[in-house]
Amino acid sequence: MGLLTPDPGLVFWTAITFGILVILLRKFAWKPILHALRTREETIEFSLAAAAKAKAEIEDLNVEKEKILIAAKDERDSLIKEARELKQNIVDDARNKAQEEADKIIVSARQQIEREKSDAIQEMKRQVAELSVNIAGKLLEQELESTDKQKAIIERYLQEVNFN
Amino acid sequence: MRHIKQILLLIAIFFSLSTTYASDEHASESEEVFDPLVMIDHHIADSHEWHVISFTKSNGEEVHISMPLPVIVFYNGHLNIFMSSAFHHGEKVVKKGDDYFKLYHEKIYVTDEAGTIHYDEDHNVLNEKPWDFSITKNVGSMFLSAVLLLLLFIGAARRYGSEPKAPKGLQSFLEPLILFVRDDIGIAQIGKEKYERYMPYLLTVFFFIWINNLIGLVPFFPGGSNLTGNISVTMFLAIVTFLITNINGTKSYWGHIFWMPGVPVPIRILLSGIEFIGILTKPFALMIRLMANITAGHIIILSLFSLIFVMKSVAIAPVSILMSLMMFMLELLVAALQAYIFTLLSALFIGMAVHEEEH
Repeated sequence: MGLLTPDPGLVFWTAITFGILVILLRKFAWKPILHALRTREETIEFSLAAAAKAKAEIEDLNVEKEKILIAAKDERDSLIKEARELKQNIVDDARNKAQEEADKIIVSARQQIEREKSDAIQEMKRQVAELSVNIAGKLLEQELESTDKQKAIIERYLQEVNFN
Repeated sequence: MRHIKQILLLIAIFFSLSTTYASDEHASESEEVFDPLVMIDHHIADSHEWHVISFTKSNGEEVHISMPLPVIVFYNGHLNIFMSSAFHHGEKVVKKGDDYFKLYHEKIYVTDEAGTIHYDEDHNVLNEKPWDFSITKNVGSMFLSAVLLLLLFIGAARRYGSEPKAPKGLQSFLEPLILFVRDDIGIAQIGKEKYERYMPYLLTVFFFIWINNLIGLVPFFPGGSNLTGNISVTMFLAIVTFLITNINGTKSYWGHIFWMPGVPVPIRILLSGIEFIGILTKPFALMIRLMANITAGHIIILSLFSLIFVMKSVAIAPVSILMSLMMFMLELLVAALQAYIFTLLSALFIGMAVHEEEH
């Protein structure tokens, strides 16, 4: 059974070779390689996480931006609306005021006119009366001696006349 | 597939045992008869010289070119070192001090001056054997593999700087393999907390077995040695796994072996016996599995080639070459597979031993 009999010499050399191989490879190959692989894996993992985080942040920013845009739009719309309303109000107010003023002016003008008219009528009446008296006087100077009596009669008749 | 090969191996061993003696007797009668079993036996066994090439000159003279290897023998308190060429392929007795050494069937025996070999009734050699620490073909092949491994992996390791970079060249070929051993063998079997301690052993054993399997498949010098199919090598590797497993065994590991929790006492006693045997059979199976698979592969390929010479026909050559080509392809797979299985099972045993029970 030569095949199944261990040979001490070969066992000895295997032990030495394998032992040296384990020691040398562990120091110069496995440790640096495994360390580098772990470092690389951690770096990749970290980078991926950072990228995902950055992506999420950008997403957040986008949402935020969208929100701000919408808010700005809303605000603009409301400002415009407000301005429009304000303008309308101002115009309306002005119109109302003007109307009022105009009405007032018209009213006062009318009153003035009325007053002036009545004043003028009074004046006219007086002047007509005076004139009439004068005329009548002149007429009666010639015909009548008592002017005063006739003057009162004329005054009464004139009063009855309505100029309106 | 493995079972088929193991059966073939057993058959081959059986035949080699029963017929090598016969071939000895016939050898003197006719050198012309080709005996594949002698060739295969010679090939899968270790050797004190490294055969390079043999050819026959036009005048019929056979020329064997082989590299002599250093012989280191320890006998009677003396360490003797000389080149294996001194044996002249076993024809000459080497005298060192007062001792005479003779190479007989690739084994060194202590003989008298004439180089007499004594046999018992079963044709076993009775001569005393010195402690043989020679640099044999297998040892040389192992040195070669060690140099290759060191060049490959230290070369690859140099490419890893302090800053993480994308792998390049050789590094990008070896890195997935290292990651495979780390992730699918180390972490998967031992667990994330404890795997790191065992990675140097697992990685070394994986690549050591694989590269030696591959060197064994190279059909010309300096390949072709049957190192990982040699029981001395697989035994040593299995013993290392055995020691790592049992030295690092946790309380719960030993508890499960000698006092299985959760079963009645009589069964505990029964189980402790079975489990104790299990400690020994695990590395034993590791040893036999690797050795048998690799040796079987060598035997099958050599047998297929031998067909040409056994049948003495060139017509059989295409068939033989085609079949052995298929076997080579299969053996390439087996070379990686057996390295993987050995490493995986080692990691599995270590994982079971270092596992902390969580109740």
